[in-house]
Amino acid sequence: MSDDKNDPVEIFRGHVELDYQYTAGVSASRFLRAVEQGKFLGQKCPVDGRVYFPSRGSCPMHAVPFGDDSTVELPDKGTVVTYSIVRVPSENIPLELPYITVQVLIDGADTALGHVLDANLDDVRMGMRVQAKWKPKSEWTTSMANIEYFVPIDEPDADYETYKEHI
Amino acid sequence: MSEPSLTAPHQLSYTYKRSLGPVFSKFFTALRDRKVLGMKRRDGTVLMPPKEYDPDTGESLDEMVELADAGVVTSWVWVPKPRRQQPLTQPFAYALVQLDGADTAFLHAVDAGSEDKMSTGMRVKMRWADETIGAITDFVFVPAE
Repeated sequence: MSDDKNDPVEIFRGHVELDYQYTAGVSASRFLRAVEQGKFLGQKCPVDGRVYFPSRGSCPMHAVPFGDDSTVELPDKGTVVTYSIVRVPSENIPLELPYITVQVLIDGADTALGHVLDANLDDVRMGMRVQAKWKPKSEWTTSMANIEYFVPIDEPDADYETYKEHI
Repeated sequence: MSEPSLTAPHQLSYTYKRSLGPVFSKFFTALRDRKVLGMKRRDGTVLMPPKEYDPDTGESLDEMVELADAGVVTSWVWVPKPRRQQPLTQPFAYALVQLDGADTAFLHAVDAGSEDKMSTGMRVKMRWADETIGAITDFVFVPAE
């Protein structure tokens, strides 16, 4: 395809569209129903006590099923364990460039959550303390879209030793 | 397990660009001009679609030759209910077509109208779009005789 009838055709423009009916399953449904209530749920492995967040159906390390009794409620605060500044647009991401993607280790969790951080580019750093910015409660649904982004909070940076295993 | 699992429609879609390289660039530029180019191998046989390298020997290929806009169906399957994004909205056949002058067949659509018009060995010819842009969708096949 080319814009000019006389130019050689040098680029193929592909467009992939796949339609699914996504079924969340027991564990993710429980997680999303909690998100609808403004709560974060993790799952604690009964073998080693590691907390998986978002919650999942079984422990990937020990293959132990996670039941309701494995569920732990977590806060919506955490620590930036790594980040990236995005300067290339993606069609499906409406954020203004540049923006910051972060991996947030929620307090009490052992696995990080990928999200977006609303902060100055010069301020973002590993160890930065952040909190979820929720949409207005009236708009909450069973969706992670309830969280618009994370924002920095006025707390001292987390010590590297506290999250170095989770990068 | 007290509540049923949540379920929701999910559409995964993305666009991408791929540079065509020297051979496919010529191939698609020729399609825009309503011509089909195959690639001649050293033994004289012709690959369609063209390839940059000989699939048997790995040697570099660059002798492109124009092929006829008609050929023979070597295999086919009827699509009674086309899905969105398939090449035609009405029922059609996917077919392997070996163009006259080529030694290999390639996959494309045959707008045959009905399944009983399809047969292995049948002749088909290209029907070009009103406006060609240099894409494989610039044509479909129709029965030739």
